[in-house]
Amino acid sequence: MARAEPALRLTATDLACERGGRMIFSALCFSVSSGEALVVTGRNGAGKSSLLRMVAGFLAVAAGRLDLAGGDPERSIGEQAHYLGHQDALKPALTVAENLDFWTAWLGGTGDIRAALAAVGLGSLDNLPAGYLSAGQRRRLSLARLVAIARPLWLLDEPTSALDTAAQNALRTLMHDHLARGGIILTATHMPLGLEGARSLEMGVRP
Amino acid sequence: MKALTALFGRDAKLAVRAGGGAPVAVLFFLIVVTITPFALGPDLALLQRIGPAILWIGALLASLLALDRLLAADLDDGSLDLLTMSDTPLELALAAKALAHWLTTGLPLVIATPLLALFLNLDLVASAAVAATLLVGTPALTFLGLAGAALTVTLRRGGLLLSVLVLPLTIPVLIFGVAASNAAIVGPLPFGTPFMILCALSLTGLVIGPVAAALALRSGHD
Repeated sequence: MARAEPALRLTATDLACERGGRMIFSALCFSVSSGEALVVTGRNGAGKSSLLRMVAGFLAVAAGRLDLAGGDPERSIGEQAHYLGHQDALKPALTVAENLDFWTAWLGGTGDIRAALAAVGLGSLDNLPAGYLSAGQRRRLSLARLVAIARPLWLLDEPTSALDTAAQNALRTLMHDHLARGGIILTATHMPLGLEGARSLEMGVRP
Repeated sequence: MKALTALFGRDAKLAVRAGGGAPVAVLFFLIVVTITPFALGPDLALLQRIGPAILWIGALLASLLALDRLLAADLDDGSLDLLTMSDTPLELALAAKALAHWLTTGLPLVIATPLLALFLNLDLVASAAVAATLLVGTPALTFLGLAGAALTVTLRRGGLLLSVLVLPLTIPVLIFGVAASNAAIVGPLPFGTPFMILCALSLTGLVIGPVAAALALRSGHD
């Protein structure tokens, strides 16, 4: 990373989420700092994805507060974060390189496209239209976005889905590197990710 | 600026590549204008008199038809979420998308007009007048449609609702478009006045459309 990042701290205080008139979760508190990963677990429908979407700024905060201390005060949390959701945000008619090029330009990245594609094992496919990629390869292309554009907060929703063992190992390496650079990872998953030192947050358990 | 150019380029590229929607509007325009002489019969004077109105109705319906993919494709694959994560304002993003949309669906209608005007027995001056009014009037249709598309984007099969919502807003554009064309062909009114109002409608749409659409997207996301 080009510039030294100050220590970041993402804090949620009494956070609540309401969708379609139903309370998904309420009174949720957590705090993650630079270099830490928080693994969000819980049964289906507990609100893991809603929590990540709320941090990204796609859902309105029904109650409570979300703060990113030490970040750029001019930018919202979503503008300093990467969101990897169930949808890949890829256009089938564009090639692999064109898809990544566009998101790099749009999200203000300065990274090297070729290096990012090589890091996720798509180095030789850059001229193939994304419509011909398999589910796992589409996922890898989405991951390349995280490599090409440096943003401190990663929000990963089921990041390992459709990935083979090699790609899961590559993802683990990427996450370790990101944490070592002082990044924050917030991830929702059912599968163990093998992240050392990751803290966990179980949702849907009423105290 | 680099981000907006990238978005504009991506949308324009997607529209003209395989599976993009660019030819749909101009083909629909062709259908509407081609069947009119068959329906009306070989009355050349009548065709010439209603020709500008037919061209304008065809262009209006073709523009409405193309609107529903303006934002829906980006919603379906999750791109719309990521578009909000840039420090580029959403309003400018939507304006860039609408501009790319107009370039790939509205401008072909203008280019096809002189050819289709032949079917309606319009002379050179008349077809130039209709093409000029469409050139300055169709951006208003796209930018008003952008606000409608943002309102209906999360609805399944929102396309028809979108047309019903947007159609009343496009009536002034239709009225002044046809009025300016007729003024150039038969007079006695000056061409300039309705033409300037048409320009004003497009410029107003350019400002209001993206702001209204961004407001609709922000309040509607769930």
